[in-house]
Amino acid sequence: MNMAQLATHDPFITTRFDAALAWARKNSLFPLPFGTACCAIEFMGVVSSQFDISRFGAEIVRFSPRQSDLMIVSGTVVYKMVPILRRIYAQMAAPKWVISMGVCASSGGFYDDYCTLQGIDQVVPVDVYVPGCPPSPDLLLDGLLKLQKKIDEQRLLQKA
Amino acid sequence: MPQLDADRVRGLIGDDLIADCSSHGDTAFTVRREAIRRVLRALREDDVLRFDMLMDLAAADRSGLQERSERFEVVYQLYSLWNGWRLRIKVPVPEAELHLDSIHDLWKSANWSEREVWDMFGIRFHGHPNLKRILCHHEFVGHPLRKDYARSRGQWCATTETLEDELALVHEEERRRARELGDFEPTEAQINERMLVNIGPSHPLSHGTLRVLVELEGETIKHAIPEIGYLHRGFEKSAEKGVWNNVMPYADRLNYVSALSNNVAYAKAVEKLAGIEVPDRCKYIRVVVNELSRIMDHCVCNAANIVDVGALTNFWYLFTVREKIYTVLEKLTGARLTNSYARVGGLARDLYPGFAEEVRAVLRECVPYLEDVLVLVKNNRIFQERTVGVSAISAQDAIDYGWTGPCLRAAGVPLDARKRDGYYFYDEFDFDVPVGENGDAYDRIMVRFEECFQSLRIIEQALDRMPEGPVNSELNRFVLPPKEEVYRDIEPLMNHFMLVMFGTPVPPGETYDSFEVPNGELGFYIISDGTGKPYRVRVRPPCWYLYQAYPQLVQGAMVADMAAALGSLNIVAGELDR
Repeated sequence: MNMAQLATHDPFITTRFDAALAWARKNSLFPLPFGTACCAIEFMGVVSSQFDISRFGAEIVRFSPRQSDLMIVSGTVVYKMVPILRRIYAQMAAPKWVISMGVCASSGGFYDDYCTLQGIDQVVPVDVYVPGCPPSPDLLLDGLLKLQKKIDEQRLLQKA
Repeated sequence: MPQLDADRVRGLIGDDLIADCSSHGDTAFTVRREAIRRVLRALREDDVLRFDMLMDLAAADRSGLQERSERFEVVYQLYSLWNGWRLRIKVPVPEAELHLDSIHDLWKSANWSEREVWDMFGIRFHGHPNLKRILCHHEFVGHPLRKDYARSRGQWCATTETLEDELALVHEEERRRARELGDFEPTEAQINERMLVNIGPSHPLSHGTLRVLVELEGETIKHAIPEIGYLHRGFEKSAEKGVWNNVMPYADRLNYVSALSNNVAYAKAVEKLAGIEVPDRCKYIRVVVNELSRIMDHCVCNAANIVDVGALTNFWYLFTVREKIYTVLEKLTGARLTNSYARVGGLARDLYPGFAEEVRAVLRECVPYLEDVLVLVKNNRIFQERTVGVSAISAQDAIDYGWTGPCLRAAGVPLDARKRDGYYFYDEFDFDVPVGENGDAYDRIMVRFEECFQSLRIIEQALDRMPEGPVNSELNRFVLPPKEEVYRDIEPLMNHFMLVMFGTPVPPGETYDSFEVPNGELGFYIISDGTGKPYRVRVRPPCWYLYQAYPQLVQGAMVADMAAALGSLNIVAGELDR
């Protein structure tokens, strides 16, 4: 039954409350771009017309942690940045998710040196890791779809 | 252009000269530590030499080199804008006495660089007003670029600096200036009434990782204190770990918006040190990819800048241009953003068939987008009110800060290394160097737009004139043997193994080489110890010198002007912090 029929003939559908909530959540993610380096440039590419992240309902980019529920860490995080990353993550209201975009955020990448944090999962919980240096836009979109699947499986009473 | 009169330099240095260490076409002198201020001042003020730009100030830990010398050496790269001459002055600093005189009052560009040398090597500068760490965090112990600091010894950072010490310094300076001018000094109560706002490092205005602490009176900026280093990821230390070509991917990620330009700049510098001449076809290809990068870089910079002042449509238009060029480059190099296409002595591979036609077609498609954006913003009243007269800088100040590239040209100084040094046949191409008048944000944006069109002209000519032939130098021992042969024969396989594991030795020596990248002069100061790995790779990032002027640019402006000012400088954190 398509939506038009649904509206005219049967205005009610029955589903579980947490399923409806997960459906709403996964399709209206508000990303906060914690963009530090090269990956942030690719993130801009993902948002702009060619790849268009709004096809997946995540185009409302918010730089305020209070207004966003998905942190996309795109770029290298160095030790100097760690207190800021932790703080911004703490400021986001639950439920919240984190995508680690690119190998630098995921593991430090080829910056194995005195200043680079060897993976942001040492300081914030990560939901989806997206490989690549930088990942191509399709790969980030794939990561977003994986996150949507994950959100879909989460239940209301589970900790997000 | 006449040659640099080395005898005149020698005469000015006088008895303080230790040695003449010119090599590879660079003029360089070693000078006694105690005399460095006198010598640099004399070189700057001499009527003939007129070394008015301090291009770079860096240091090196020479403890791993064969030669007998003091452990540290501080290196000054001077440039005479008037004559187009370069000069390197080096000062040995013994390990027992790690200090020398500061020159922050001779050139404004020296301020941050001296802090960096302190941060990285632990060399103190007498008389520096604010000698503290700049790239590493404030809890860091030790000096990472010393050879005895282990590369991967990370140190955690628990807190962020309050910057109160720097705030006290700028207040002190404000009072001193008021006394000089006979004005009323601001009282403690007045200062306390001002509002402190911390902007960044995670803020849309801050382009990723820049932090600025601003002190406001109403909405007027009284002081701006930038803090950098939030993307300091150890380029210079990492460059020392692999073979010469291993630096290429790191170089990509300096200015990641125009990675190919950085590739070419690094390759050119190593080639100068190793004495390799690349074939003409390689040079033309490098010109084409460099100019394509320039168009992309300018498009991204202007797109971000215009969106920062509130015009979103142009962002989509300019990003379309970028996307189109990306598609071509992805086909050529295999990567969209971080291409790693150049190699020492050549290129990773030749162009694919039909590249020229494809580039021509893409550029033809791009022109209408650029023109449309110009129609939208050039005479737009709102846009002009946001940018004209905002963050203006005089030519003299820009030179003093060591500015290069479009920002310097917007201030009215027609310095373009492509025209002046004429490498890679740039002197034979027919193109203009656009110059601004007021040095404000509007001029910087417009200079960038015009440079896009000039780059189109250069690409067109380079594609026309590109000869057939090899892209790698005949005598090149850096290039990996062809893959088919590696899989078939033992000889190429061994070659491949040796090149990957041990690299190609470069004769001991050092050189400084500059290249005009979209942001200005990207310089590499490279020291080789005769092995297959770089001993020291120092980058002269154009952003570093641009951003130093930022507090001055925004002082007295409105908060909203900070965005226009920052965007128009095109600060790329990967290059600024390295």
